[in-house]
Amino acid sequence: MEQILTILIGSIFVNNFAMSRFLGICPFLGVSKKLDSAFGMGMAVTFVMAMASLVAYMVNAYLLVPFGLEYLQTIAFILVIAVLVQIVEMVLKKVMPSLYQALGVYLPLITTNCAVLGVTQLNVTEGYNLLLSVVNGTASALGFTLAICLFAGIRERLAIGNMPKWMDGFVGALITAGLMAVAFNGFSGLI
Amino acid sequence: MKELRKIFMNGIIDENPTFRMVLGMCPTLAITTAVFNGIGMGLATTVVLICSNLFISLLRKVIPDQIRIPAFIVVIATFVTIVQLVIKAFIPALDAALGMFIPLIVVNCIIFGRAEAFACKNKPLAAVADGLGMGLGFTIAITLICAVRELFGVGTLLGYQIMPASYMPMDLLVKPAGGFIVLGLMMALMNKLLPKKA
Repeated sequence: MEQILTILIGSIFVNNFAMSRFLGICPFLGVSKKLDSAFGMGMAVTFVMAMASLVAYMVNAYLLVPFGLEYLQTIAFILVIAVLVQIVEMVLKKVMPSLYQALGVYLPLITTNCAVLGVTQLNVTEGYNLLLSVVNGTASALGFTLAICLFAGIRERLAIGNMPKWMDGFVGALITAGLMAVAFNGFSGLI
Repeated sequence: MKELRKIFMNGIIDENPTFRMVLGMCPTLAITTAVFNGIGMGLATTVVLICSNLFISLLRKVIPDQIRIPAFIVVIATFVTIVQLVIKAFIPALDAALGMFIPLIVVNCIIFGRAEAFACKNKPLAAVADGLGMGLGFTIAITLICAVRELFGVGTLLGYQIMPASYMPMDLLVKPAGGFIVLGLMMALMNKLLPKKA
């Protein structure tokens, strides 16, 4: 129980994926112009990461390790993720067409979101069991959602503000993200 | 020959993956705390990029359009696994420094982006030139960021003391926040020095 709590706080705040581990930066910068699409992206990533942690654990523990094929981890995991993303894409297209439109090209790109492959790798290197892998996957994704939503909120405000010309576009976004990372740095003594 | 040269230079300046295309941000931010890591990461990515571009270009007529994404990923993941095993065997220090970011080269969007935008439409030789140009463009860009962060954040370059002993290192720069801020400022500087061709 205590370990679960540690993982939860650790992955959401202290080792936040976007702000301190630098995983999933492409969607973090790309889909953070509007708050609602940022939230939708966060939720889609959360689902994929939780499922990917579950399936990747099973593939690793029951398929790769017994046959001594650990060196195929990267290839096996990325295939699992590609399949999951395809499923999410089909479900969203059917159930929530508006969100599907808003996410656009970034939806298939969840496959190449390093947060997803990163969390499956982390679960293996940390030696988490099935339950802890899923908890870690979900918590990390929630941390990512928290960061991208906060960031989108700030960017919505900045868009109507009067920014210097050289800070247009990515430059301003990166510096904003840097200042947010300073704030997240404050969590570092928590665990 | 002239054509190949143009493709090669395109990756280094005009469409520099880091400063212009804003691709591959995760390794750019995460491992750029020391010059050694930057060069290692850049060269590893370049090798994967050249090999995957070459093979995807050779296979471009065989791979059906609908399943090209999984096909590209399998090609890329294969080369990343090879590079990962080679680094583990011959440069263990680099393996320890880069950690999980070596397998994560698979999801570096530069590689996937070049496969999709260039390699699957062009001849093998041009694809190799493009891979080399993009890879070196990425290496140069992240090495520059590494140099700034290591010099001002720790006071060393490649591990040698550069700054005078009285220099107080700016700790913030080697922290995650420093990565975002240095990259932002360098991108602004690049836009100023090398204005985009209209």
